Amino acid sequence: MIEMLPPGLVLLFGAILIGLTRGRLRDAVALTIPIVTAWLVWQVPDGVVYDIGFLDYRIEPLEGSPVRRLFATIFSLMAFIGALFALRQAKWFEIAAAFAYAAGAVGVCFAGDLITLFLFWELMAIFSTAIVWCGGSREARAAGIRYAMLHLLGGVLLKVGIEGTYVHTGSLDIQPVLATNFDTWMMLIGILINAAAPPVSAWLADAYPRSSATGSVFLSAYTTKTAVLALILLFPGEKALIWIGLYMALYGIVYALLENDIRRILAYSIVNQVGFMVCAIGIGTELAINGAAAHAFAHIVYKALLFMSAGVVILRTGMNRCSDVGGLFRTMPLTTVCCIVGALAISGFPLTSGFTTKTMISQAAANEGLVAVYFVLAAASAGVFLHAGIKFPWFVFFQKDSGLRPKDAPWNMAAAMVLAAGACIVLGVAPGLLYSHLPFPVEYTPYTPAKVVSYLQLLLFAGLAFFMFLPLMRRTLTISLDLDWVWRVLLFRTGALLFDLAAAGKRVASGTFGKALAQVHRLAHRLMGIPEGLERPGVLARTWPIGITAIWIIILLIAYILFYYL
Amino acid sequence: MSDREHDDHWLARATTIRLIRRLSLFLLVVVVAVQWVVPIKGYFAADQWFGFGAVFGFLACLVMVLFAKAVGFAIKRPEDYYSEDAADD
Repeated sequence: MIEMLPPGLVLLFGAILIGLTRGRLRDAVALTIPIVTAWLVWQVPDGVVYDIGFLDYRIEPLEGSPVRRLFATIFSLMAFIGALFALRQAKWFEIAAAFAYAAGAVGVCFAGDLITLFLFWELMAIFSTAIVWCGGSREARAAGIRYAMLHLLGGVLLKVGIEGTYVHTGSLDIQPVLATNFDTWMMLIGILINAAAPPVSAWLADAYPRSSATGSVFLSAYTTKTAVLALILLFPGEKALIWIGLYMALYGIVYALLENDIRRILAYSIVNQVGFMVCAIGIGTELAINGAAAHAFAHIVYKALLFMSAGVVILRTGMNRCSDVGGLFRTMPLTTVCCIVGALAISGFPLTSGFTTKTMISQAAANEGLVAVYFVLAAASAGVFLHAGIKFPWFVFFQKDSGLRPKDAPWNMAAAMVLAAGACIVLGVAPGLLYSHLPFPVEYTPYTPAKVVSYLQLLLFAGLAFFMFLPLMRRTLTISLDLDWVWRVLLFRTGALLFDLAAAGKRVASGTFGKALAQVHRLAHRLMGIPEGLERPGVLARTWPIGITAIWIIILLIAYILFYYL
Repeated sequence: MSDREHDDHWLARATTIRLIRRLSLFLLVVVVAVQWVVPIKGYFAADQWFGFGAVFGFLACLVMVLFAKAVGFAIKRPEDYYSEDAADD
């Protein structure tokens, strides 16, 4: 007997309802379903709520814990903010796909066993691909296919890991493990693909900027953060994650600095931010896990806010490149202010959500005596301000006067942005609201004078560096190659080369075969004569005198007798 | 000239920009100078030096900008790099 409706299913039901309704009723559905889901999320108690039979297994579709509820809460609230933002601008099927995608994410949050986790994981892969395709362009279709291939590959690896784990341990429970054998490594790699970890980080910056102006807001929230939650549940304290996370943090900065596409800058900065979280999960202490969860929560809000401001700019100007826009603050004051709030939050300025959450991770590294990790994180924090905190708002809203005078955001988009901006500041001013819901008890004070001063020094001088080295960051009409070049170009060209070789080989082979065949024909002609040339028949086709035949018969009979007596 | 200046948004006027620039420089000085009043007890030896955050932040960004620039020479391609490939097939 099912005592409680899984919140993820409610969102999935909402996705179907959006397809069945029209007009204002559809708007009402899109805005109420996420709220109902969020309410249901808070009704889920700790521990396994129930289990059901699925094939030959007992699966647990609903298991609660503080960290699961925390992620499910922000996922359902993001469905609300995203739906409000997309309400008038997106096609209905994009919002429906987004809800099904969010349903997958919420489902993963409450998955009590690996099979449930896998099913919802794949639900996310399918509907996030649909959102990329909603971008509508030829590039969006191609990027969507690349995105789907990589995520389905990740799904297969995850499934291999899950099956191996079940075969070797007999357990499907979601419990902390370390990557020590083939099964756990497969699971870890499957999850890391969704986290945009190296060497496959490129899918994120490839696919997200191709989606529609509203679709990227949804995409920015779920896939990578669900992977963060899965890592928290399955691999806390896995040391490899520290270095993977640091690499991601620096990778995001370097690529974002080179980038010209507005949303691709933000996409790279997702990799950078998820790097902080992955690193924290690798550190694995209570403070670090709290930091990872809190940072994921805060990150979803401010990154959605940044993607929303980028979405408004793209919607109003139809332009995607930093080099095409600039000076938009004149006619888009609200979008500019919201973007700056998001930029300050992602940079971790005091009084924003970034400061109260990111500093937990640095503190966790310091507490464990991880000197190198601490200083790389500090450098990466300065780099965040450089690439996302200043670069993004500066090039889009200030810089030069592009002459564009677009209108500011429509009311629903403005409302969604103001809500998210408000949340960034509330979580920065009153961090206790978030801290009380973290997985472990929090004994961390973010606002000490020393911490604020040293962080401000770090950030403000990063800002100075930005303006001093601005000439080095001139926008160019280029893209940056990533490791996806290996399969998009190298493997493609190798494949094409192999096909050519095979064709040539076939030609060569067919050449020899032809020669051999000609030889046989020549032989046949010599023996049997040319079919058309009956006047000159071959040796065996000639008419011989009977005496010669008699001699041949005598020779054969003598040979027979000789062999018989030998 | 002054007419044009007054036509533009107040934030884009030269006087405002000059003011913002001065305020920013003042802020940079203050945020370092305040370390005399607020001693920073760092986690490791280096990060309690005077002005460490400022120098570290600045140098880290310098290194990252230069590194990105250097990497850019190797990996930057025209925007239609991949679409050219697609046109080939």
